[in-house]
Amino acid sequence: MLNKKFYLILIISLVFAISFWIGFNVNLLPAEASINAPIYDELFKILFIIGLIIFIGMTIAVIYSLFKFRKRNDQIGDGIALEGNLSLEIVWTIIPSIIVLLIGLYSYNIYDRMGGMKELNHNHEMMSSNTEKIWAGISQTSDNEIAINNLSIEVSAMQFAFLFNYPKGNFISGELHVPVDQKVSMKMESKDVIHAFWVPEFRIKQDIIPGQPTILNFTPTKVGKYPIICAELCGPYHGGMRASIIVEEESDYNEWFNKNKKPEVNL
Amino acid sequence: MTISIDPQKTNNESLQPKGWLRYFSFSLDHKVIGIQYLVCGFLFYLIGGTLASAIRIELASPMSDFMPRDVYNQVLTLHGTIMIFLWIVPVVNGAFGNYLIPFYVGARDMAFPRLNAVAFWLIPPSGLMLVASYFVEGAAQAGWTAYPPLSITTPQSGQIIWILSVLLLGGSSIFGGINFIATIIKLRRPGLKLMQLPMYCWAMLGTSLLVVLSTPVLAGTLILLSFDIIANTGFFNPVLGGNVVVYQHLFWFYSHPAVYIMVLPAFGLVSEILPVHARKPLFGYTTMVFSIMGIVVLGLVVWAHHMFTSGTPPWMRLFFTIATAFIAVPTGIKFFNWVATLWGGKISINSAMLFSCGFIINFVFGGITGVALAQVPFDIHVHDTYFVVAHFHYIVYGGTVFIIFSSIYHWFPKVTGKMLNEKLGILHFIITFIGFNLCFAPQHWLGLNGMPRRVAEYDPQFQFVNQISSLGALLMAISTIPFLINVFLSARNGKDAGDNPWNALTPEWLTSSPPPVENWEGEAPLVEEPYGYGKEIS
Repeated sequence: MLNKKFYLILIISLVFAISFWIGFNVNLLPAEASINAPIYDELFKILFIIGLIIFIGMTIAVIYSLFKFRKRNDQIGDGIALEGNLSLEIVWTIIPSIIVLLIGLYSYNIYDRMGGMKELNHNHEMMSSNTEKIWAGISQTSDNEIAINNLSIEVSAMQFAFLFNYPKGNFISGELHVPVDQKVSMKMESKDVIHAFWVPEFRIKQDIIPGQPTILNFTPTKVGKYPIICAELCGPYHGGMRASIIVEEESDYNEWFNKNKKPEVNL
Repeated sequence: MTISIDPQKTNNESLQPKGWLRYFSFSLDHKVIGIQYLVCGFLFYLIGGTLASAIRIELASPMSDFMPRDVYNQVLTLHGTIMIFLWIVPVVNGAFGNYLIPFYVGARDMAFPRLNAVAFWLIPPSGLMLVASYFVEGAAQAGWTAYPPLSITTPQSGQIIWILSVLLLGGSSIFGGINFIATIIKLRRPGLKLMQLPMYCWAMLGTSLLVVLSTPVLAGTLILLSFDIIANTGFFNPVLGGNVVVYQHLFWFYSHPAVYIMVLPAFGLVSEILPVHARKPLFGYTTMVFSIMGIVVLGLVVWAHHMFTSGTPPWMRLFFTIATAFIAVPTGIKFFNWVATLWGGKISINSAMLFSCGFIINFVFGGITGVALAQVPFDIHVHDTYFVVAHFHYIVYGGTVFIIFSSIYHWFPKVTGKMLNEKLGILHFIITFIGFNLCFAPQHWLGLNGMPRRVAEYDPQFQFVNQISSLGALLMAISTIPFLINVFLSARNGKDAGDNPWNALTPEWLTSSPPPVENWEGEAPLVEEPYGYGKEIS
């Protein structure tokens, strides 16, 4: 009996050890290039480890049962007439409930840190000129507020391109240039069908919807060029609906901005 | 008031054709209708599978080079629609439900045999119509979700035929659901209590409630969408002041419960199969019943988790996260109970058992990614990517389709009186299991690293992993060959099964194989303990 318990504990510890090892050593995610990314990856790691423990545990239980309790050739008759075990059933109702609840609270915390629970229309700069209702999106990132000024950009999506309007410079670009470590606030609207704005390295995505402006705020943290991908089926060339976001040092960004800027009078 | 009608005449037996012609007739026999559903569903599975192969061939290279881009979108739309509405839903509900439920409740047929036949005969024409729409002006190309405004702006004939076809299939599904509820509640043999019913009855009762409650919403939505397309109304058309997000709410109000319409019957079927081959009672009958009903209730209030990146306000995202994650609790109970059913049994390792165990492993994996996807911050990155594609194929293929095959191995002897070949069956399982996991497991990585779904072209960096996935799809296509050979050879030359080859206790095994027209020669047996294995009874 003691022997059995010992093996059970050994197997459970092994499952935990393997899950933690894989969780900490196998990276399934792309580079981290925004404030959101490390927060996201923290959640991912925890869900990955819990998932591995449950999956490996259940798989071992099924395969072990198939081997251990397989019918041998000389055997006849049935297995034991065990119809249930109330205390066991209560245990495996309560433990998953607690795990699910904790994951829910934890992901709420993660979502809050990403800025998801903030009021959607509190970007004064943008709202002053425009009193439209903002329907959805991800608002400000709450911690690590490196940036002082928001960079406001208006995104319009159409079959099959993104256009980025820089209101301050009064010009439109097909490439999104942003300075590193500065908060970017985007108001997005579609001209035809539903599109989505996704930057995998930033771990953010928001649908761009015709008739309902949405917002998406983020703070890039790493200089580089990343893909902007349309993630909502928008027609035959959906797979080719790509743009680039170029995160650059402030000086490079200013140079690019001044080169493209148009005089205000044209308004 | 009593109306006396000669039972022989009500059954119209003299008018019903005999032999194989029965299967091409407006038969009222629930067993014939069940087989009609199964075979018809399987033919559409082959069509849907061919379309899936075409998708995987296109995705074997990063360029869009195998078919034109708009045809690719038609193929993925038809693949999704056919697999859901013409294969999985009709087979796990219609086929097994019609065949088994009257046996399980001790009835001679379903409550409404004519409605039953109508429900089946709506399927072949609407399926053919859907496939034929390709030859009109091109099939629908807005995905199986048909989100406006894309579904309004793509070629109209394909989208309208798609809507008509889905409406007919939804109607068929509602007829079936009403019939199952009536049969389970009202047609039970005297003396048979609800809590003595085999678990599949409970699963079908829950599923049918979901069908009846949510399918009309889909029908209404699609009718409004068709008005937008043909009559230029503005329900969902933003150009005319419509709201596209309202469509998504209405659509997912049906289509999330549809997931449970696809998996709950599979939960019921596996609960019938495991006890027989493990020679043990089903573990925790009562908690199984309550968890089915828990899934039904929760399943109706989680739909907006499909819309975390579209127009949903933050509080709504939070509510649907928690509701969705909690479905894991009743679902988890069922999986623990199945493993406990295996524990301490005398397990026959045969094709039915292997497919059921494959189902448990695949579904646990899909369930875990499902709980992760329920978390808003997690979903925001992977929504509409190959991660989601992988997740739901683990649920509907690794889960439900594995159980469909398991059920075919389990009930083939009852239906035909012949055993299926076990060696071919185990070969079928091994190729399917390896092919399936090879096809879909790598897609999780693709989604996490930046490959959106429903694309004909992708970054060259994803080529290698996509080719592994396509290789898996090839194995899945090959796996149908031993299965088909097995079915055709065994139906002709298989070993005689006898009435009860598995020594099972559920009522369908207490009659001849194949069963007579009204199920039993004499009175229907009263089975009070359908899972009484290991006990000394009869």
